[in-house]
This record gives sequence, structure tokens and C-alpha cells, in this order.
Amino acid sequence: MPGAPFIRLTHLGKHYETRAGPVPVLKDVNLDIEPAEFVAIMGPSGSGKSTLMSILGCLDAQSGGTYALEGRDVGTLSRDQLADLRNRVIGFVFQGFNLLPRATLLNNVALPLVYARVGRSERLARAREMLERVGLGPYTASLPDQISGGQQQRVAIARALINRPRLILADEPTGNLDTRTGQEIMGLLRQLNADEGITVVLVTHDPDIATHAQRLVHLVDGQVAEDGPLPRRAAGSRAR
Amino acid sequence: MMMGPMLSEARQAMGANRLRTLLTMLGMMIGVGAVIMMLAVGQGARDSVARSIASMGRNLFVVLAGSATASGVRLGTGNVPTLTVADAQALAELPTVGAVAPVLPGAAQIVHGANNWGTSVLGTTPRFLDVRGWRLSAGFPFNDSDVRSATQVALLGQTVVKNLFGDEDAVGKIVRIGKSPYRVTGILAAKGQSVDGRDQDDGVLIPVTTAQRKLFGSQFQGSVRFVVVRAASAEAMPTAERDMTQLLRQRHRLAAGVDNDFSVRNLTALVSTAAETARTMSLMLGAIASISLLVGGIGIMNIMLVSVTERTREIGIRCAIGARARDIRLQFLLEALILSVVGCLVGVFLGVGGALAVSAVARTAVVVTLSSVVMAFLVAAGVGIFFGFYPADKAARLKPMDALRYQ
Repeated sequence: MPGAPFIRLTHLGKHYETRAGPVPVLKDVNLDIEPAEFVAIMGPSGSGKSTLMSILGCLDAQSGGTYALEGRDVGTLSRDQLADLRNRVIGFVFQGFNLLPRATLLNNVALPLVYARVGRSERLARAREMLERVGLGPYTASLPDQISGGQQQRVAIARALINRPRLILADEPTGNLDTRTGQEIMGLLRQLNADEGITVVLVTHDPDIATHAQRLVHLVDGQVAEDGPLPRRAAGSRAR
Repeated sequence: MMMGPMLSEARQAMGANRLRTLLTMLGMMIGVGAVIMMLAVGQGARDSVARSIASMGRNLFVVLAGSATASGVRLGTGNVPTLTVADAQALAELPTVGAVAPVLPGAAQIVHGANNWGTSVLGTTPRFLDVRGWRLSAGFPFNDSDVRSATQVALLGQTVVKNLFGDEDAVGKIVRIGKSPYRVTGILAAKGQSVDGRDQDDGVLIPVTTAQRKLFGSQFQGSVRFVVVRAASAEAMPTAERDMTQLLRQRHRLAAGVDNDFSVRNLTALVSTAAETARTMSLMLGAIASISLLVGGIGIMNIMLVSVTERTREIGIRCAIGARARDIRLQFLLEALILSVVGCLVGVFLGVGGALAVSAVARTAVVVTLSSVVMAFLVAAGVGIFFGFYPADKAARLKPMDALRYQ
């Protein structure tokens, strides 16, 4: 659909059913995200940031309103089609890295290609190439617990990138990392956004991390409270 | 294309918890082992029954000389000399009868050189071999002219040969039976045990006339203890029984209302009962063993359910990077299948080994058939899929977000 925004959320709502009745988490979120934008979402805990991310990532379904990704209403898609979206369009980067502990780094990175039915030799070649790109070329045969947290997050990014996604969803990607490593990871995400035009949506509670984005969305109490551009800081600068 | 990585992941997952994997497989191993062993024991029993049927001869009747009632005392069958060689010849004329041999049994001591052996001696005709379906492993049977002239010739059973001659060739040698010398014309082929456990190879055949006149003697000329009869066919057996009874009553001039002075026994019916018993036994053993297979399957289901719960987060991660429900299902199903198939393979070895051990210790015939192994294998794979399906489906139905948040 030409002219449509990359992501369009209209009157998006989400509540969880509990014994005490429905608990609303997102109330009437309206948000458009254009291709190749770098959006940071901030807000106090309980404001619905993570819930919004899981809906954006097609891991959870909204309770009301619509979510259109590349002009397609995600709410009408089947489970398999959603899995396909997660496989080919979306790449996840989590706070806790979420690598498979028993699989080598190479296999971790190659796993999305397994589900994309890519043949073995191509799969491994692309995974190796991707690991090189995030600077972990020599560690292909290592297991996740043999490398540092920053390295694990790089592996997770490599895994998110392997199937050439158009959207990266990063949920507190620097939350478990020290400041310096966190800045490195952010630099990597910025580079992907700038060089390859991958849309990045970042959730963080750290204002310093959020400054890497072009646009800042403040979520308060399940609603968009503030939405505005951020002055993009010069590439390579490191805020301390 | 998906199978390669899935297999190696299954191997990793199972390798991560070796003891548990082994214990899970153990249920399957014991189940399959038990099934194969029990089927082998059952098959062994059936085979030995089948062998004794074959060694006894098919469609077989025995006509026993009669029981007599004297002053209210009823004597057992065979005590009154009511059957004769002539009766046997008459029976052979019946169209429903295939072959007939009169038999006069007795016991005698056989001597060759320094060895001697007590055995049963059957006086009969060459037709006996035909009726019973016995063969010779060496030499020749005696013939009708030997019977006519009461020649002193003998056919020895394997056990007798072993006891008198050892490994020596017995054909053409002279043995002493009772007080007279007999020439060994042939050796009977090995037949093994009969249904009731008698050694069928422990015996000697001599011409019936020789037995009557020279070995046992008989106060009644031409009388025999029993006559073995082979019916013309299995279908003819009921008619043959009726015909024989009628003919013998006629020949013995029995008035209507007088009891038979002989009895006709259908031996095949006896053996089919034994066969039926063996079949029932092997079925029952198989059924009991199948229960352990079922228990093994439940063990697999149990462990797979635990595994799905433990790996909920992993399932969430896989969903997040694009695994479809069917990918998750296939992965867990594959693990259950591997557990059961590998367990089954080991179980096959255990079962075959156990069967051999049983046959060595209990000295019973144990027969492992390919079909029982194949069947156990297929059942095991079926059990794996059946009991693996529920946990795998449970994993596949997890909501990605719930799975990912699971701690």
C-alpha cells in the first residue's frame, strides 16, 4: 500500500483478564511509524511499554483497535502468517539476550533460517557472515555462556538480522549491560538503521540510551503522552 | 530440509539430561524386550507343538484293542486281544482310510557289544513309517516280505543308536534284542519330544510278526495291541471314524447294544488342543508384555510433559524468531520418537538376549521371529508418536508471549 506508514496503530487497546476483572494496560494508543525511523519508547514501569512491544512483534494480540504492519491488518492474520512475519519481517533483541543455551553461537544465529526453510550450507554461510559482521567471527563454535553479556547481545542482534528484517524491536537491549557495552550495542543498532534503513523501535528507561533515536514516544498509563523528534546527536559521540 | 537441524537439536536436548533420557528409554527397553522375549517363548512352544504334530503324523487315529468287562470288573483298553493284523488289513481297504499299521508294543533290553539299553520295541509293518510320517536318516526300512517271514531286522531310533553305538555307524550291524540277534537295516530320523514330553527317538521298530512269534510271544495268534490309522484326508476323518467302527463291529460280530470291544481315538484332535493351548499361552504372554510397553509409553509422555514445561522459555524464543506451531510440534514429537525408537532398539537386543538366556536355562525351545521384532519396533514407534503427541501439541499451543515470559 503505497504511502501507508510502516506501522500504524489505531485506537490500540490491551487488557489482561485477571480474577478481579480486566486490567487495562494499553488504552487507545495511536501511533504511526515511518520506514527507516528510529523510535525510542520511554515511560515509567507499568506504562505498557513491553506490552506494546510484544504487540508490535506479533507475539501477543491486542484487545481492541487495529495494528497495521506495512499496510496489512495484523489482527486478521493466522498463527502461521504471524510466525512468518516474526521470521521474515521482524527481528527481536531482548534484555535477557534469549539465546538457546545448548546451541553454538553459529546455530543460534542460523536458527531463524531453519524456520525459513533455508538449506544447510546457505544457512551456515550466512550465519558465519553475520557473526563476522558483529565482530564475533572467531566464536562460531562457542556456547552462549562462554562469552560476555555484550557479546551475547551481539549474537542476539546477529540472529535478529540474519533473515534481513525490515523492523528491529529492541526491548531494553542494554538493560543487562554496563554503560560502555550498552553504548556499543546502541552504536550497532544506529548503524543498521542508518546504513540499511531498518526501522528500529527501542524500549528503554534510560534517557541516555534513548538519545540514540530520532524520535521519542513517552508512554504514560497506557497512552501516548508525548511524541516528538529528538535532535540526532552526531555519530560517534559518546555521552557519559 | 528441517529434519537435519531438528535431529541434531533433539540429540542435544536429550544429551543435556542423560540420566533422565536413559531412564525414560529404560521403560521402552523393558517393554520391547519383554514383548520380544514373551513372543519368542510363545513361538517356541507353538513350534514344538507343531513339530510334534509333524512327527506324530497328520490325520491320525489310533484304534485300541478293547476293554473287557468280566464279572463287573472293567479292565483298561488293550488288555483283551481283540485286534488282529487281519483287522488292520481290513481297515486299510476302507476308502476313507489312507494307511494302516498294526502295532504290538513291548519293552526289551538291546545289547550291542559292551553297551545295553532298555527301550520300547514296536512290532509293526513298513506302513507304520508312512502313517506316522517318519523318515529314515540312514539305511532302508524292512519290507513286507520281512513281515511275512518274521525276519529278525530292526530300525533303531536316534537315542538308541547314541546309547549303543555312540558315533559309530549302526546300519548293517547286529544287535541283540531280548535273546535273539537282529540286523539293523536303518536308523530313524530324529523327531524330538512328543506333546507329552516323551522322547520319540527312544524306540525300535521290528516286523510285527517277529514281535508276535519271537520277541514277546502271544497266546493269541495275530493279535496286536493297537492299530495306527491315517485317514485319507482331514475332511474324511469323521467319516473314517464311523466307517472303522462299523467295520470292526461287523468283523467282531458284535450284536446291536453290545459295547465296542475296541476304541477309536482321534489323535489329531488331541494335538490341536495342545496347539490351541500354546497359542493362547503365547497370546497371553504377549498381552502381559504389551502392558509394559504401554507403561514405557506413559513414561515417555511424562518426561516429555516435564520437558515441555522446562523448556517453555526456549519455545517462546523459537516462536519469537519465527517457528510455526507445527515446527514446535514436530520437534517435540521427534524427541519422543527418538526416545522410543532408541529404547526399542536396545529392547530388541535385550529381548533376543533374554530369549536366548531363557532357552539356555530352561532348556525350552525359544524362537525369535523377524516378524515379532518388526512388530515390536512398529508398536514402539507408534507408542512414541501416540504418547509424544499430547506433550508436543501442548508445546505447539503455547502462546508465544506467555512462553517467552515464563520463568
